[in-house]
Amino acid sequence: MKEQNIIEAKGLVHEYIRRDEEGNVEAIQTALDHVNLDVRPGQFIAILGHNGSGKSTLAKHINALLAPTEGTLYVDGKDASKEENVWDVRQSAGMVFQNPDNQIIASVVEEDVGFGPENIGVPTEEIWQRVEESLKSVGMLEYRTHSPNKLSGGQKQRVAIAGVMAMKPKCIVLDEPTAMLDPLGRKEVLKAVRALNKQAGVTIILITHYMEEVVNADYVFVMDEGKVVMKGTPRSIFSQVEELQEYRLSVPQITLLAHELKKSGLPIPDGILTRDELVEALLSVGQQ
Amino acid sequence: MSIILDKVNYTYSAGTAYEIQALKNINLKMEDGQFIGIIGHTGSGKSTLIQHLNGLMKATSGTIYYNGEDIYAEDYDLRQLRSKVGLVFQYPEHQLFETTIFDDVCYGPKNQGLTKEEAGLRAFEALKSVGLKEELYYQSPFDLSGGQKRRVAIAGVLAMRPEVLILDEPTAGLDPKGRDEILNLVSAMHKERKITIVLVSHSMEDVAQYVERIIVMNHGEMIFDDAPHEVFKHYKELEKIGLAAPQVTYLMHELSENGLPVDVNATTVSEAKDEILKALGRKVC
Amino acid sequence: MLKDITLGQYYPADSILHKLDPRVKLFGTMIYIISLFSFRGIPAFVLATIFLISIIRISKVPFSYMVKGLKSIVVLMIITGIFNLFLTQGEVLVQIWVFKITYEGIKNAVLMVVRLIYLIIGTSLMTLTTTPNQLTDGLEKALMPLEKIKLPVHEIAMMMSIALRFIPILVEETDKIMKAQMARGADFESGNIIKKAKAMIPLLVPLFVSAFRRANDLAMAMEARCYHGGHGRTKMKPLAYGVADRKAYVVLVVYFVLMLVLRFVWVRFVG
Repeated sequence: MKEQNIIEAKGLVHEYIRRDEEGNVEAIQTALDHVNLDVRPGQFIAILGHNGSGKSTLAKHINALLAPTEGTLYVDGKDASKEENVWDVRQSAGMVFQNPDNQIIASVVEEDVGFGPENIGVPTEEIWQRVEESLKSVGMLEYRTHSPNKLSGGQKQRVAIAGVMAMKPKCIVLDEPTAMLDPLGRKEVLKAVRALNKQAGVTIILITHYMEEVVNADYVFVMDEGKVVMKGTPRSIFSQVEELQEYRLSVPQITLLAHELKKSGLPIPDGILTRDELVEALLSVGQQ
Repeated sequence: MSIILDKVNYTYSAGTAYEIQALKNINLKMEDGQFIGIIGHTGSGKSTLIQHLNGLMKATSGTIYYNGEDIYAEDYDLRQLRSKVGLVFQYPEHQLFETTIFDDVCYGPKNQGLTKEEAGLRAFEALKSVGLKEELYYQSPFDLSGGQKRRVAIAGVLAMRPEVLILDEPTAGLDPKGRDEILNLVSAMHKERKITIVLVSHSMEDVAQYVERIIVMNHGEMIFDDAPHEVFKHYKELEKIGLAAPQVTYLMHELSENGLPVDVNATTVSEAKDEILKALGRKVC
Repeated sequence: MLKDITLGQYYPADSILHKLDPRVKLFGTMIYIISLFSFRGIPAFVLATIFLISIIRISKVPFSYMVKGLKSIVVLMIITGIFNLFLTQGEVLVQIWVFKITYEGIKNAVLMVVRLIYLIIGTSLMTLTTTPNQLTDGLEKALMPLEKIKLPVHEIAMMMSIALRFIPILVEETDKIMKAQMARGADFESGNIIKKAKAMIPLLVPLFVSAFRRANDLAMAMEARCYHGGHGRTKMKPLAYGVADRKAYVVLVVYFVLMLVLRFVWVRFVG
């Protein structure tokens, strides 16, 4: 039997409608244009796209923060557009946002992590247990009594992830979690996300515009103007350098260099992802 | 014309338990017309350093000279200095406040004491140089996209016609296209206006292809100050403090260690491509 | 410059007072304030002093911290003292031109200043030993009965705790915007009041815009974490009275009764 998809979107459309003062429709902007998306449990999915490509709108649908104009979206077998499923959907698909400051509610780290479980009515004793586990899973346990204001950006984002983890979701959607961080913070957050995927088996949907971050994903979707325009493994996506550049995405230096060298006539394989791969390819060319 | 920092120190919350020395004995000369990159991660002191350059922060000890004048001298006009040393803060779009883009850009020149007409001319010139479409000039700055807002904010500083332009992580939070647009814009301004530019960033790859000099900050200290390829030679030390050199630098070192005769000083993709093709005996095209 | 503001300054220490339920401390502060303004006579004054000193000792907060709080009201104390000194009718001791210093005036002035000092120290003892979050929790629980008359107690408490979290962030943001506008030549210091008020616009507009943006983001983040008001919510740190809290209530009641008795006796026999 086929395993049930944790997220299944079919023909998803979302239109932002701007009205004038009398309520007449002034402009319609199609943010999602017939998007299909299947995610299996335990997968690490990346969604790439420039600002305004519709990727954040898609993320908000998965968490039932926005309802589709057209099409269907099932999250863990539940129809996300139905009012009565909203709380179940939000619990099974947690969400981490871009700005680390604007999603931390409490003035003490552990109280913030406990906020989600409190909302869904988890008994007190279990909240403490969940808070401890979640903080441990992102390596922030020693900061449990600290004020979030004193933490670095990467640490704040890890607290936000712990806050979602404490709700025991099956899937976490991260909407550009590293866009406001420096390279150190970016590394910290990605490491934590990867560990959750590998160790806790949580399905990850990472939304980003940094291509370097998707190298380890199982599957990559590229969005542009509300449509899914490319999909495949990182390697197959990265081998289409010119297409990616058309979609306003920058290719990692190594991949770009490999592509340029290939264009100049060197026999190098497609879709080089890492430095080691390129070194190996170039040395074997040198030996010929 | 130049900026000279002489033994500059800065301590936050001096005398309390939270005392942090943010700048330690900084000696520095920024020559006229240079394009300088300041690199360091959050908390390295790079933002503190640039706020000293236009007198927004005052050194705990040490002296700063602008064009040979001590900016801490009693009769020195700090407001005048601020219009000569333009500083674009991180996320500068958060400072926009006027009802139209044009008025917002006029704010700086008006503060300089220029007439409405002069300020307007400056605003036109600045908005043009950041490449904003003319039909947008009289719209609200709050309706623009993130990248456009940022360009308007940069124009707000440019309109003061600074002799030195400092940008604190001008590409933070932008997508790759937006990032390239801003960096190309800054680079073009350097070429056309010949003004000194100081670009603060935490990304080596971003600055490597633009700047002629890199200053690396770590824990309040200036640990390197040299041409990019000289700084990148220390890629192992850079990595220790959490600042990787461009990927290309690593690649070139690895190739050279494995016997491929390439110049390890190549830092950009196109330089690397030429080097590799040369080393492999192919025609460079 | 703005970073020096500390709101709800909490002094972390391991004391009985720190561990008490915030409701006890709220109630205690109230009782203490009432007792200060209703007592009469030396014995009651001595009792209030002994009570305050012992609480300070128990709290393990250095005395210098409380004195800091007093500095901000020095002017108020001087004004209160002077008013009472010169404006109280009674037996004239010294007369300088139209200003009369009376026996009652001296008594009242001393009394009022002492009351003010005790009041400030007493209330700052509460904020020094209770985190803002505990205070909010305490208020929420203490006010719960008012929910019956449709007072949105949970919402008020939630608003307070969010405000506490965002005040430092907004303070920092104000600092940043101020610097950014100063880099564009803004001058916040010179000129008359109207000019100064006008100079604030470039600071206030971005600050409001940012506060709204943050509020919007935060509301979405709270919703994403299944927040839907106080209904059906559990607590990570529920308030529950312990042995120490009950003892504290007893001490407070005994103190209050003693003060009442002393007042009654003093009025009856001394006048």
